[in-house]
Amino acid sequence: MADTFLDSTELVLNMGPQHPSTHGVLRVILKLDGERVLSTECVIGYLHRGVEKIGENRTWQMFAPYVDRMDYVAAVSNGLGYCLAVEKLLGVEAPPRAQAVRVILTELNRIASHLLWLGTHALDIGAITPLFYCMRERELILNIYEKYCGARLTTHAFRIGGLQYETYEGFEKECLEFCDIFEKKIDEYEELLTGNRIWQQRLKGVGILTAEDCKEYGVTGPMLRAAGVKWDLRKAQPYSGYEKYDFEIPTGQNGDTYDRYIVRMQEMRQSARIVRQAVSDIPAGPIMAKVGKVIKPPAGEAYVSIEAPKGELGYYIVSDGSTQPYRVRIRPPSFVNLQALDKMCRGALVADVVAIIGTTDIVLGEVDR
Amino acid sequence: MAATPWESELTQALKEEFGDQILEFSSYVGQNFLVAKPEAAIPILESLKEKHDFDYLVDITAVHWPERPEPFDIVYVIYSFARNERIRMKIRIPEGYKPRTAVPVHLTANWLEREVYDMFGIEFEGHPDMRRILLPEEWETFPLRKENSILKMDQRWVQENLGIESGQ
Repeated sequence: MADTFLDSTELVLNMGPQHPSTHGVLRVILKLDGERVLSTECVIGYLHRGVEKIGENRTWQMFAPYVDRMDYVAAVSNGLGYCLAVEKLLGVEAPPRAQAVRVILTELNRIASHLLWLGTHALDIGAITPLFYCMRERELILNIYEKYCGARLTTHAFRIGGLQYETYEGFEKECLEFCDIFEKKIDEYEELLTGNRIWQQRLKGVGILTAEDCKEYGVTGPMLRAAGVKWDLRKAQPYSGYEKYDFEIPTGQNGDTYDRYIVRMQEMRQSARIVRQAVSDIPAGPIMAKVGKVIKPPAGEAYVSIEAPKGELGYYIVSDGSTQPYRVRIRPPSFVNLQALDKMCRGALVADVVAIIGTTDIVLGEVDR
Repeated sequence: MAATPWESELTQALKEEFGDQILEFSSYVGQNFLVAKPEAAIPILESLKEKHDFDYLVDITAVHWPERPEPFDIVYVIYSFARNERIRMKIRIPEGYKPRTAVPVHLTANWLEREVYDMFGIEFEGHPDMRRILLPEEWETFPLRKENSILKMDQRWVQENLGIESGQ
């Protein structure tokens, strides 16, 4: 009897699925000892739509818009990964002009995704102002998308083999104008947050994930780089002409929440730098490679991955030579990164859990697929 | 296009270590992969990690081929930061075979294997937490098996839990 009495100090707290700080429908079961977290368990799948099964029942082209609905704040990156994977099986490459436009739109998308992350993360910590600032600048990117292809979020901007649409009149100018505005504004965000004592106290030393932990858990993207590993697929295995552009891979040292914040801020600056270079030199020429109206990749399989805003986004696709994929496996960065949540939360305070979930930058549409 | 043989220092070393446990070294569209016997999968992963720097398990997934005598492919995607090289390992398993878990080698295998179980019904021997991950626990079918149509997958669950006639 005495034992059961002592055991009762452990408290189970259910966080989510309806909770503003879980960034969607994530449910985390926290085991607590007072304010300290003993362990966490994630319950996911609330947004599962069976995207991989849908893929087996659609033609290769018809499936492309579905991938936009996984990581819906970085739809362009999803589309790029899928198109590259199918192109790999087909043995075609998008023409240089299409590649340059793809890079521009994808890098703008990285900024948009990071801006949404920054705004909501700051909101979670209690800083409300950055959200409005971030949404304001993100709007400019969405306007460019809307002008380019008619959609703002789930854009379906790319096609297998290249692009559907030519750039519109003034596309280059608007991208450069965005960079001009954005590069000033990002200094403003940093003024609000980077040196802010409350911000630093809430983030520094919280949710540490070392480089070894990251590799064990398969964590990639800004979280891996914040732990000091200088690895970015755009540099390690360049695709879509990234080797032509000059940019740095920002890294941190401590692998804590604060370093992840710094890394993402630097990444946005680097993305703007890539956009500038790409816009100033878009080659002339066709925007579509020679692919038939009916896409039938030869029987075989390929794994193609890209550096999405959240980490390594991979597509393992299997073709049986027909017009439909035999199997589409999507390796989502959010799903894999979320697995390290338990490691990061153990021993932290309840309030830190919110900061840690925020800094993992998950999108539940991608976790659950 | 057909797969071509893949030969390198790595394949030599693996051949010496595992002999006929590895059935095939191939390369397709510039991507290298090996096919191994099911029981050799975990020792190969270990060897790749300890001796050859393949320290990042990118993905584990499966493919269902109902007409084959061994209807499931399990695919491991493995990457090495030091060598900047990505390879795949494939094992072919019969229905009901329980492959050993990769969790002791790479912690990331935990959720990835749970997802394979959830979608294909393949159980991993020695896995610390072999439960469904994305679908509800009472769900009855394994959706990514080819015999399951995308329509009308688990009517009973939908009717009982959502109070509607059909999910479609």
